[in-house]
Amino acid sequence: MARTISLLRRSHPEKVGLRQWQAWEHGNMSGTEFFQQLINGVSLGAFYALIALGYTMVYGVLRFINFAHGDVFMIGAFAGYWLTPKLMPHFPGAWMPVGVCVVLLTAMALCAGLGIVIEKLAYRPLRSRPKLTVLITAIGVSLLLEYGGQYLFGPDPKSFPDLITDSALEGTGALTITRSQIIAVGVTAALLAALSFIVKRTKLGLAMRALSNNPTAAALMGVNLDTVISFTFGLGSALAGAAGILWAISNPSIDPLMGILPGIKAFVAAVLGGIGNLPGAAVGAVLIGVVETFVGGSSFSSYRDAIAFSVLIIILLFRPAGLLGKAQVEKV
Amino acid sequence: MLELDNVQVSYGSIAALHGISIKVEPGSIVTLIGANGAGKSTTLRAISGLARVRAGSIRYDGQELTNLPAHQIVARGISHVPEGRMVFANLTVLENLKMGAYRLKLGAEFQRDLDYIFGIFPRLREREKQAAGTLSGGEQQMLAIGRALTGKPRFLMLDEPSLGIAPILVKTIFEKIVEINRQLGMTILLVEQNANLALEISNHGYVLETGRIILADASSALRQNPQVREAYLGR
Ligand SMILES: Nc1ncnc2c1ncn2[C@@H]1O[C@H](COP(=O)(O)OP(=O)(O)OP(=O)(O)O)[C@@H](O)[C@H]1O
Ligand SMILES: [Mg+2]
Repeated sequence: MARTISLLRRSHPEKVGLRQWQAWEHGNMSGTEFFQQLINGVSLGAFYALIALGYTMVYGVLRFINFAHGDVFMIGAFAGYWLTPKLMPHFPGAWMPVGVCVVLLTAMALCAGLGIVIEKLAYRPLRSRPKLTVLITAIGVSLLLEYGGQYLFGPDPKSFPDLITDSALEGTGALTITRSQIIAVGVTAALLAALSFIVKRTKLGLAMRALSNNPTAAALMGVNLDTVISFTFGLGSALAGAAGILWAISNPSIDPLMGILPGIKAFVAAVLGGIGNLPGAAVGAVLIGVVETFVGGSSFSSYRDAIAFSVLIIILLFRPAGLLGKAQVEKV
Repeated sequence: MLELDNVQVSYGSIAALHGISIKVEPGSIVTLIGANGAGKSTTLRAISGLARVRAGSIRYDGQELTNLPAHQIVARGISHVPEGRMVFANLTVLENLKMGAYRLKLGAEFQRDLDYIFGIFPRLREREKQAAGTLSGGEQQMLAIGRALTGKPRFLMLDEPSLGIAPILVKTIFEKIVEINRQLGMTILLVEQNANLALEISNHGYVLETGRIILADASSALRQNPQVREAYLGR
């Protein structure tokens, strides 16, 4: 019999992990508890990774932090909220997984479009202005999405429809692994593989890396910078949109401000991994997810975020360029 | 033929070019010489679309190039190897060369071009998988030239290809430039501090001084010109 587990687990691990909490209190966390936390942490990190990649890619090509990125994540969740009742009835029974993919891909496409439009309307006209101007604009766009979202969707939380029925898997012994965790990690892995293919093997991916290395030289090679920048925003926003839906599957209460905290944590993850470095963003995200979960399961749970951010500060003290970031090698 | 007609460029309120006119005949090598800050690099940047032209016009084979975006100018077959090389430091040598051919298909022809470039600069073949940022300065210069060649330009601009390179290698690079010009029929516009060598291999030369052209002549004539000899050839 499948145990339907509390959906609170993901959003408030401190409320769920009572057993872990007690185990930690008495200084005897068992192997099972440890692995349980690790699984929860990695799957939380998977969300952060999807968002963090967008920050780091945009930083790579434009050298600025797109503070509106976390809100694209929120729009992804709302796109899923809106699309699920419209699309899912067309995919009954065994077609359900196809339907889930269609909802996911449609929401990703919508978010990609949104990201491209944001760049075109808000950031492109300021391309030659000081970075601070663009940064402040990004904060403006972020507020526009958050409060525009409140105006459109209403400020109170909405309940995300049952895109998939979340339940714990059987046969995992004392460990609790939910379907949504498996799906989140699986989809994230697939998207990371696709992204890695695009960046490493395709012409646009090569152009992206070249542009982030030296935009002037890239233009001299015949790269239309605007195209590549649009593509980068589209790609990053699509990943954030996917994260929004995956997040909403396990945290079904969604609201227009839901992107703020995950957005900040993903940003932290990107900096931690070395901003501009793609594998770094994924590593940083998993680290943040794991630290957050372990702290959340300990007696320090109310300081969860504070401790996660302290880890960032400490790591950056020792490695200012981030975990995988390296000082630029450039001979003149 | 490339024609600059009374081209003016300024950076902010500082004028770098006060209206210069230059002609480059197809198949020729033309050189720009001048002291530091004379506006040589700015001239190339104006042609390749990196610097904004305030007045005047730039035409290539009768088509207007003035203030087109850089990527559209490359598409017309004009390639610029910029000052300071600007290789993609984090990309491998091969990826840099692929970027040079960005607007082309990477088919059999790219392989042939690659073989041709590796023939000219064998060092690049040995370093194919290495990040370009780890190459020596001279190797980076070879890569920058090779990267321009994979784009199959008809018109190649080189900004100080000898900068920071050992004298023995400078000679080699100049020989290669002549080879590229002869074998591929590529027109070359060369900016060089080493005026001696530049005038030796070029057909025509322009002398720039603080944003103005003060002399224009056949290279052989410029080499005999007392003014040039004193100011740029150190004799
Ligand atoms: N980005 C810039 N901003 C402001 N001024 C510039 C800029 N680039 C060049 N200049 C100025 O324009 C003038 C011409 O510069 P340019 O780089 O064309 O000289 P150059 O002839 O190539 O010199 P060098 O031999 O030292 O490379 C110089 O006075 C320089 O200070
Ligand atoms: Mg110069």
